[in-house]
This record gives sequence, C-alpha cells and structure tokens, in this order.
Amino acid sequence: MTVLAHSAPKKGCSDAPVLKERGQHEVFCGLTGIIWLHRKMQDAFFLVVGSRTCAHLLQSAAGVMIFAEPRFGTAILEEQDLAGLADAHEELDREVAKLLSRRPDIRQVFLVGSCPSEVIKLDLARAAERLSEVHGPRVRVINYSGSGIETTFTQGEDACLAALVPQMPETEARELLIVGALPDVVEDQALSLLERLGVAPVRVLPARSADEMPGVGPNTVFALTQPFLGDTAAALARRGAHHLRASFPFGDMGTTAWLQAIADEFGVGADRFESVTAAPRARARAAIARQRERLAGKRVFFFPDSQLEIPLARFLTEECGMEAVEIGTPFLHRGLVGPDLERIAAGPRISEGQDVDLQLDRARMDRPDLSVCGLGLANPLEAEGLTTKWAIELVFTPVHFYEQAGDLAELFARPLRRRDLLETHPSRALRVEAAE
Amino acid sequence: MKLSIWTYEGPPHVGAMRVATGMKGLHYVLHAPQGDTYADLLFTMIERRNHRPPVTYTTFQARDLGSDTAELFAQACRQAYERFQPEAMIVGASCTAELIQDDPGGLAEAIGLPIPVIPLELPSYQRKENFGADETFFQLVRHLAGPAEQTERVSANILGPTGLGFRHRDDIEEVTALLNEMGVDVNVVAPMGAAPSDLSRLAAAHFNVLLYPETAEAAARWLERTHGQPFTKTVPIGVGATHDFVAEVAGITGLPARKDESRLRQPWYAASVDSTYLTGKRVFIFGDATHVTSAARIARDEMGFEVAGLGCYNREFARPIRALARNYGVEAVITDDYLDVEAAIAELQPELILGTQMERHIGKRLGIPCAVISAPVHVQDFPARYSPQAGWEGANVIFDTWVHPLVMGLEEHLLTMFREDFEFHDAAGASHHGGKAVERTELEVEEAPASADVIWLADAEKELKKVPFFVRGKARRNTEAFAAEQGVHEISIETLYEAKAHYAR
Ligand code: SF4
Repeated sequence: MTVLAHSAPKKGCSDAPVLKERGQHEVFCGLTGIIWLHRKMQDAFFLVVGSRTCAHLLQSAAGVMIFAEPRFGTAILEEQDLAGLADAHEELDREVAKLLSRRPDIRQVFLVGSCPSEVIKLDLARAAERLSEVHGPRVRVINYSGSGIETTFTQGEDACLAALVPQMPETEARELLIVGALPDVVEDQALSLLERLGVAPVRVLPARSADEMPGVGPNTVFALTQPFLGDTAAALARRGAHHLRASFPFGDMGTTAWLQAIADEFGVGADRFESVTAAPRARARAAIARQRERLAGKRVFFFPDSQLEIPLARFLTEECGMEAVEIGTPFLHRGLVGPDLERIAAGPRISEGQDVDLQLDRARMDRPDLSVCGLGLANPLEAEGLTTKWAIELVFTPVHFYEQAGDLAELFARPLRRRDLLETHPSRALRVEAAE
Repeated sequence: MKLSIWTYEGPPHVGAMRVATGMKGLHYVLHAPQGDTYADLLFTMIERRNHRPPVTYTTFQARDLGSDTAELFAQACRQAYERFQPEAMIVGASCTAELIQDDPGGLAEAIGLPIPVIPLELPSYQRKENFGADETFFQLVRHLAGPAEQTERVSANILGPTGLGFRHRDDIEEVTALLNEMGVDVNVVAPMGAAPSDLSRLAAAHFNVLLYPETAEAAARWLERTHGQPFTKTVPIGVGATHDFVAEVAGITGLPARKDESRLRQPWYAASVDSTYLTGKRVFIFGDATHVTSAARIARDEMGFEVAGLGCYNREFARPIRALARNYGVEAVITDDYLDVEAAIAELQPELILGTQMERHIGKRLGIPCAVISAPVHVQDFPARYSPQAGWEGANVIFDTWVHPLVMGLEEHLLTMFREDFEFHDAAGASHHGGKAVERTELEVEEAPASADVIWLADAEKELKKVPFFVRGKARRNTEAFAAEQGVHEISIETLYEAKAHYAR
C-alpha cells in the first residue's frame, strides 16, 4: 500500500492505445470556470462578452442564482453590435465604466471572450489594454477566452490563469508556486503542510486578491494542483519557471507523491517528511478504507468532462480498489497526467474527445457499476439502471489533499450506497428483469 | 450591448428545444458549439427527464471554422437520422452558428432525407426563448398540419404545453377533464406528448384551446386562418377564469356549460374566517404575461388582496399587460432586467410577491415572502405530486401555494396576542417553515433608520419592537415617511400611532 511515486513501476496505462473521437461533445465550455473563479478571486469581476446563450449557461450550469450580486455578468451582444464593430468597443467601454462606478471593490476585470465575440473577431485583448489604461493602475483589465469553440469546461480556468502569467512581476527569488484555484480551506491545508515541511516561501496562483499577485522568474518552481492547466504551465515555463511533475494530490498516495516531488526539490529530509505527513496520511488512509468496502471491485466508467478523469481514475483504482472500464477525457495531456497514467493498471479503454452517442453505446454494453458523467447525461443513465456520479461536483467540492481523501471517495460511494438503500429504486426492477 | 446578470428567458433555440423535448418522434439538429449542450441539463436535471433531449449538436470547434462546419452539419443530420429514425426533423443554428451563416435549412434539404425536415430561423440576437418555442411550434404546424376530416364528436386540440413549462404536465390533465365533462374530446395535445404524425391530425379538431399564448399563439392563429378552427381566448387559471373558459367553450361548440365543481375548495377556503387576515394584503405580481394576467384576477377577486404592482418579462405581451395594469390602477413593469424588478418591489414594499424564481431571490433579500407563479423554473417547480395551476384543482393548488409563505391567520393573531411570550415571540418566525424557535435574547440588532434626519426616541423604538416582525419593517418605513412628510424630526410613541392611523386601511 505504501508505494511511493518514484518507486512505482513505470508503465500502467502509459502506452495504452487512445481512442480518439470527434463527434458530438457533451461538455460545458470554458465560461463555466467563472463560477468557481469568481468565488476565489474576491476582487475580480468576470465580464463575458457574448450572447444570451452565454448568460443562460452561466446561470444554469451550477444553479448559482443564490448569489445576490455575483461578480460576473454577460455583456449581451445585440443586433446593433454585430452591424458595426466600432460601436461594440464603445459600448464595452461604457459598460465597464458603469460597472466600476457601481462596484468600487472591483480591482480586476476579466473580459471573457465567447464564441460570438471570437467569430465576429471582437478584439478583446485590445479592449483590455485600452481599458487598463483608462482604469489603471487601480483596476487591471485582462482578457481571456472561455469560448466553446476553443475551450472545454475546465480549460476556462487554464485560459484565465494563463492570461494572468504575463501580469506577474519578475522575480529572482527561489519560490514555490502552487497553481490552481482551490477552495480556500483546501489551499490553507496545503500551505500548512508545506510550511511544516519547511518549504518557503510558497505563493499561490490565482491569488485571492489583486494585491497578492505572485512573482515569477527563473528560480520559480511550480506545482499544479489541477491537471487541466496545460497552457498555464507552458506560460510559466516561458517565464523561466520550472514545473514539478507528479501525480495530482488526490487521496493518500496522490497527495504523498505530489508532496514528495516538492520535498525532493526543496531538499526536505525523509525523517521530516515522514513526521509531517504520517498523521494526515494515516487519517486519509483510514477514511478511504471506510469507503473502500463499497467501492472495491466495482467497475467505473468516465465520460469526458473536467480533465480530472485520469487522476481520479488513478485514485479510484489504486487506492479504492475499483476497476476502470473506460476513462474518457476531453483532452489527454500526457505531460501533466503522465505520472497518474503510469499508476493505473493496464486494462481500461482510454478515450479522448467524444462522440457521445457512440460512447453511450459503449457504456450500455459495459454496464459499469458507476458512471461519472455530466449533468445532461446523469438522469437518463440512471433511468437505464446505470448508477452515476455527476462530475461537476468534483470541481466545486473540496476534494484535494489528505483531509479530503475520505470525502472524495465518499462522493463516489454515495450513489452506490443510495442505490442499495432504496428498496423502490428503479434499477432493482431492471436488475430483476435482467436476471429473469 | 446590455449587461445582464440573471435572465428570465434563455436564447430562442432553448425555446425550440422545449418544443422538441416535449414531443415524441421529432429530432432537432442544432448547429452549435459544445458549450451549448448545457441546455440538456435544464431538462434532465430541472425537469428530471429520464431521457436526453432529442437534440444533436454539431459541436463545431475553432479549427472547423471556415473549412468544414457545413459538412459537419450535414454529417450530424445524416447520423441523427440513422440513429434516431425520427418522423420529422427540425434544423437550425444557435447564436454562434447564426454568425457563420452555414444555412442549416439548405444543407439539410440537400441531403434529401425521406422525412419532413423543417428549417428554423430564430434570430438569436433579437429574440428569446418564448419566441423560439412559439416560432418552432408554428413552423411544425405549418409544415405538418394539412387538411383533415373533422372528427364526428366535438373535439379540441390543447395547444401550448412544452417541456420545461411551469406546471404544463398537470394543466393538461386538468383542462382535458374540463373538456371531457362538457362532452368535448381531446384530439391532440401539442407540442407536449405529440408526435409529428399527430400534428397532421390537428385540423380534425373543431376548435383549439390556446392554453399558453406564449408558446402557441402563432400556431393557433395559423390554424384559425387556414383550417377555420376558432381558438379560446381565456386561459382557465383561477376560479373565475375557469368558469369563463367553460362558457367560452360552450359558446364555440353550442354544448351546455356542464361542469363538475365538486373538487373545488378554493372559494370556501378564501371565505372561511381564517382567511380574514388575507384581506387587503398588498401583492406584487411578476412573471410571464399569461400567468400574471391570471394571478392578478385571482389576487384581487378571489383572494381579496390588493394588487400593488404587476408586470411581465416577455415584451411581446407589453401591450396587454399595460392595459391590465391600468385596470388595476397601477403602472406595469415591463422589463427583463431583474434589477428593475427588484427596484420596483423595494419601492412598493408589498406584503407578498407572486413571481418567478428570480423574485423568490429578490424576496429573500428584501425579507418579503414570495410564491412562485410562473417560469423561469427551478427543480422545485416540478413537484412529484399532482399540482396544476389550471382548472378547479389548479385553483385549490394556487390557494395553498400563495398562503404558504405567509403566517397563517390564527397564528398571526396569536403572535399579536402573545408577542412577549418566549415561544411566540416574533423572531421565532412562522411555525410551518421549519427551523426551531429560538428564545428571545435581550440584545437585539438595531436596524439602521432610513434617514439621518429622523431619530427614534427610545420609547418609540421599544414600542416598534412590539409590532410583529412581519409588519415591523413596514411600520418603521411608514412612520419615517409620515414623520418626514410632517416635518417631524423625532419619532415618539405619539408619532408612531399617528402614522398608524394615517396609513390605516
Ligand atoms: S459554447 Fe460559446 S456560445 Fe455557447 S455558452 Fe459557451 S461561449 Fe457562449
């Protein structure tokens, strides 16, 4: 059970053939990231320049209408804007000015491109520059695209963070940079672990406020907490920073491997590593063990969604004893998920991209015990007797690092438990039918 | 360009999806980027549908632009036809595809599928969801509803129910019962539950029931013009409207206005003494035009409320809603900006909001109870139980729904009588809303006075606290307004009671 990252047998699914599909994708676009990014960056406003569809997506994707005055909105393009582009820029200036006068707490404005703004070639980068001059230095205006023609779901966060990289001040300091928007409680846990390991200073991207923007330079070493940050990693590398490759910090083993890579880089001794991580590791292992009973031996099927699929499949197979049938991911970034891929026992089908109808056919053939999928597919699959876990929860809920390892396993165990609990569950009737 | 935070309506292609998802045997091929597939979850999560909406999205990407998006569309059409074998197909573009001008209609026609393929032109940058539903249904009817022999017995079509509609599922049942009681058969219900082949039988009915003008008016008008079918103008939501509806159907068909009111409890519930406390409660009504029109009549004539303000978000109905508002002696709020609605509510300070999910949030913020009467919908608006708005049972359901957010009559009296009591004290809230009664603490949070030029004397402040919580805010504002009007700068107990007398109904 205590296999460390560097001693793990290299192979697993590393060389597995990849089924590449280009049919209908049933995945959100990158705008969705705004829903968690705006909670993370407390002084930022996300202004989507798009259509009514974009506005509707944002309000529907996570049922977030609970926030009274959210720090995001959509500048909806109308017929007049499409007719003449000069107007669109003027209108944008006006909307941003209005917004900033109403919300003096806003220090960063993200102009978020959408499919319509990309297709009409509305130059939001130029708009951001112009607006930064007008409203700077107090307010910084940054542009990125969350459009569905360029980004899927979590790639929106990648695009956002990558757009922040050029804004980061130059530094020569040897610093560890943690990259990825995590819930504050999880981020604090990670920082405290690193502090106890004696790794310092540690900075975080994205910072919680504009004033805390970290620096970057040739002595910066960075570790990603999310597997979908490929462009951000590349942008940081271009600024001279060095990427620490490791499994992603899920569960006991993933977290340990992730921390170990940092510890090795910063020369943390084995004793210290052991003394700092022993207790939380034991807690994580015990918490996982409780869920393992229900998960072990069960077959899991991943529909592509958040790009977390490979690391999560690693967690579920290696630590929870599940068997992966298919691991679908929107985009297989070997440079990032390679270490996780190596630790997944050979066997599962790995698919990249999607043709949702074909994939549903495969799921029906495989009849997995648990299907991890988006909200559009969950109830229809349940109605076919396939138990599901909605993937979106995995990006909204604290699931990283030791203290959340049990919660993460429980997220997958709960639907199975529920199905067993409900005597009236429709899948019972289906199972009886199948048995007859 | 208009900054929007929450929207009442989605884009028009979502309206088309509501039609397609409500129907059977119809498939929608939508030229759209992958992110637009979010719309599936509206149906599978909010409405708890156990099937995916019958929609194929082309999910074109940036790299496809300019090269082969048109071929992608054609391929999606062919594959959708092969896989789903629909009776008919609708094809169209979402906002992004509208910009790349691939002409889905022309492309689909060129494939030469052996089924009717109906192109949709839904201008995404001008129109919205309700228009999309109305236009889609109209195009389907126009293409599919040819001449048909009239049924022997008197029959009607019920037009308007769609996927994701506010209580459409149960309204159909209620209206069907109303018609059956009169001896009228239901020929076709559409879009909900109908297949394209059913639409070809539409002309067989003697008349149409236009249940929701938002989603079926264009179709009803076309059927009237083309097949000479009259359609009903009354939407049977509320007791009075249901009576009028039955009378209207009797007028159209020449059948006697037979009705079975044995299940109708609303009139007695409204008349019984517990409901006395509802008298003159000021309500603000907002939603789609159909539900607002019905709600205004129920509120004033069947519940004894005072309509303090009303409006709708669908501008297509601005004119009738303005006329309605004039009838009620108020100014109509016609807007799709929830901030305008919030401002109107904050100013009017009603005691109850009858609105959409959006107003429910506004109500929460302003501390005003709210009952939901209209789309946009939320998972709560699809209850497991039978819960129509239309017909007799609809009237019963509406009574319960509107009264629920308020403190019950008897309880209101108890709160007034025992307001010093530890359990009945006002911070305990209404007894049927969950949460446990907390003992009153001496330390109460002070509410900031409305303006700095008026001060509350200690005695008056203490007296104000004796006013039950659900009217205290209003008492404070009224008193302050009264004081300002009278040029009084200090509010004494005297001022408080003078203000009370001034505002007494
Ligand atoms: S896919 Fe494009 S048009 Fe659709 S919501 Fe996303 S950005 Fe907007």
